[in-house]
Amino acid sequence: MIAALLLVPTAAGIAALAIRPHRARRALLVASAATHALLTVLCWKHRPAPALDGWLLLDAPGMLFLSITSALFLAASVYAVGYLAREEPGRHRDFQERVLFTNEPEAVFTGCLLFFLAAMTLVATSQHFGLLWVAVEATTLASAPLIYFHRHHRSLEATWKYLLICSVGIALALLGNFFLAVAASGRAGEARTPLVLSALMLHTGELHAPWLRAAFLCFLVGYGTKMGLAPLHAWLPDAHSESPSVVSALLSGALLNCAFLGILRAQQVCAAAGMADFGRGLLVIFGLASMLVAAVFVLGQKDFKRMLAYSSVEHMGVLALGVGLGGSGVFGAALHAVNHSLSKAMLFLVAGNILAAYRTKAIGEVRGVVKVLPASGALWIAGVLAIGGSPPFGPFMSELTILQGALAQGRYGIAAAYVALLVLIFIGMAGAALRMAQGAPPDGVLARAAARESPWAIWPPAALGLAVLLLGLWVPRAASAALHEVATALGGS
Amino acid sequence: MAAGVDLALVLLVLTSLVLLGSSRIDAYIRIAAAQGALVGLLTVGLHTGDLAPRAAALAVISLVVKAGILPWLLRRAMREAHVRREVEPYVGYALSVLAGVLALGFAVWLGARLPMPRPAASPLIVPVALFLFLVGLFLIVSRRKALTQVLGYLVLENGIFVFGAAFALEEPMIVELGVLLDALVAVFVMGITISHINREFDSIDTAHLSELREWNP
Repeated sequence: MIAALLLVPTAAGIAALAIRPHRARRALLVASAATHALLTVLCWKHRPAPALDGWLLLDAPGMLFLSITSALFLAASVYAVGYLAREEPGRHRDFQERVLFTNEPEAVFTGCLLFFLAAMTLVATSQHFGLLWVAVEATTLASAPLIYFHRHHRSLEATWKYLLICSVGIALALLGNFFLAVAASGRAGEARTPLVLSALMLHTGELHAPWLRAAFLCFLVGYGTKMGLAPLHAWLPDAHSESPSVVSALLSGALLNCAFLGILRAQQVCAAAGMADFGRGLLVIFGLASMLVAAVFVLGQKDFKRMLAYSSVEHMGVLALGVGLGGSGVFGAALHAVNHSLSKAMLFLVAGNILAAYRTKAIGEVRGVVKVLPASGALWIAGVLAIGGSPPFGPFMSELTILQGALAQGRYGIAAAYVALLVLIFIGMAGAALRMAQGAPPDGVLARAAARESPWAIWPPAALGLAVLLLGLWVPRAASAALHEVATALGGS
Repeated sequence: MAAGVDLALVLLVLTSLVLLGSSRIDAYIRIAAAQGALVGLLTVGLHTGDLAPRAAALAVISLVVKAGILPWLLRRAMREAHVRREVEPYVGYALSVLAGVLALGFAVWLGARLPMPRPAASPLIVPVALFLFLVGLFLIVSRRKALTQVLGYLVLENGIFVFGAAFALEEPMIVELGVLLDALVAVFVMGITISHINREFDSIDTAHLSELREWNP
C-alpha cells in the first residue's frame, strides 16, 4: 500500500514528461491525484503494513500529514487544469514590469508537480531519519522548477533564494542526522541503535544525551528553515509570491507541514529520552518569534500574495507554539495544521483568480472583487475570516484549543502575547481583504473578468472552504480520535 | 595511517584558507576538487577494520563526484557564464582570511569541549569538520557570484562529510549517499539556474537578485 502511494505519483510524473498532448497530460495529473487520494482513504480504513524493514510506516502523525497533502493536491490538480489552460504557450508580457517572458514547458511543470507529491508522501511515510532527510531534500528539488514556472527574473531570484537557503538548511539537518548517529552509536562495546524512530524511542536509555540535544538543535534550525520559522523564513515570502498560485497553495499548505514533521520526529525522540522540555522551550520561542515577525510584515503589507505568505509564517509559529506548550496544545496544533492547510490553500487559489483578473498583486490597486468576481470575492472574504480565526470556521476552534492549553498550564504571559498577535494580524489581514473586496473596480477589469470564473477556478477553493467550515462546526469522531492519537504520539493529550 | 589522516586534515584547513583569500574562480574550482580528493582519501584512512571495503567504495564515489564530475560541471558553468573572478565580495579577502583564522580558533575551542562517546581516530577531526562548515557558510554569505556561493556550499558539505565519514559510517549507506546525491544535485540544479541567471542578466552576479523585498512605495 505504501509502495503504491509512492509509485503512483512517481510513475505518473515520468509519464507526464513523455506525454505530448496537453489534454491527456492534464487528465493524467487529475487521475493520479484522485488515485493518491483514494489510496489515502483506504489507508484510513486499514493501516498499511510497514515496508522496507520498518523504514516506511504510516503512524498517526504521518497519516495526518499524508491526508492533508493528498487532499490539497487533489484540489490543486483540478485547479491546475484550468490554470494551465489559460496560460497560453508563447511569450507573455509581465504585468509588473512589462518585460517579455515565456513559461516553463507544461510537461516539466506537471511532471515536477507529481514528483513533488511523491516526495511529500515519502516524508510522511518514512520512519528512518536518513530516509526522511532524503525525502525533504527531494521536495526541495522537485519544487524549485515549480517556483520558476514563469521564466522572468523575479521568479528566478525567488528560486535561487529558495534553493540556496533551503540547501543550507537541509545541510544542517544532515549534520543533525550525523549527530543523532553519534548519540545512537552507544558507548564503547555496546550495540548501535538504528536510526529508525521506533527503535530510537525504545532504546532511549542508550542514547548519548548531549549529542541528542545537539541533533535536535540541528533538526530544528535545518527543517525550521524549510518550514519558514522566523528568523529563518527569508526565502518564504519571495517563493510564495512569485510562484504560480497553485504552487503557492501546495508550498504553504503541504510542504511547510512536511518540514514540521521532520522537527516533530526529532521531538518525539527527545521526549522519549526524557528531554521533552528542552525541545518544547525552543519551539515556544520560535513559535512566538514567527508570529511576531508575521505581525510586523502583515500590517501595512502592499502585496496580497506576500500577505498570505507572512500569514503562513504566523501559522507555522502557531503550530510550533502549540506543540511547544504540550498538553491540549498539541491536539490544538494537530487540528490547526489541518485547518491552516485547507484555508491557506483556498486563499492562494482564490488569490490566483484575483491576480488573473486584475493583473496586479498590489492590494491598493485591487478594488471591488465582489462585483468583478462574485464567487471568488465571497470565497476571499470567507477565507480571510477563516484564517484570521473567526467563528464559525475551523481555525477558531483550533486556535482556541491552543489558548486553553496555555491557560491550563498557567502560562498567562504566553497566552496574552499569543492572543494579541493573533488579533493584530487578523485586523491587518481583514482590513486589507475588505478593502480589496469593496469599492469600484478599476476600468477594464470587468471585461477581462468574465472568463476568469470558470468552474475549474471556483470549485477547488470552494470545496476547501466548505471543509474548513465543516471542521469549525463539527469534527467527525474518527478524525477526532485520529487527532488525539497524533497528540498522544507527540507528547500531548 | 594516523599521520596520513592528520596530514589530510591539515591540508583541508590550508586549502580553505587559500580559498578565503583568492579571487580567481578557476583557482576556487581547483581547490574544491582537491578538497574533494582529500575528503575521499580521508575516508579510506579513517577505517581499517570491517568497514574498510565500505569506506573504500565511498572514497571512490566521493573522488569521482567531488573531484571529477563537480569540478567539470563548475568549469563548464564558468566558461558559459564568462566569469573569471569574484568581484567586490561583500567582505574583503584580507578580512576573510582573518575571519577564517578566527573560525579555526573557535572550531578548535568547541571541538575540544564536545564529549565524544567513542574516541575519534584523530583529535583534529571534529575541529576541522566544524571549521569547514563555518568557512562554507561564510563564503555563501560573503560572496556575490552565484558560482562562488555554490563553491562555498561544497566546502560546507565537505565539513559535514568529514564528520559523517569519521563517526556515522556504521549507519546504513543512505546517510553517506545522501551527501553525494545532495552535492551532485544541488550543484547540478544550481548550475542550471546559474545559466538562467546568466541568460537573464548577462552576468552571474547575485547582487542583481535583490529586487524582491518589502515594497517601499
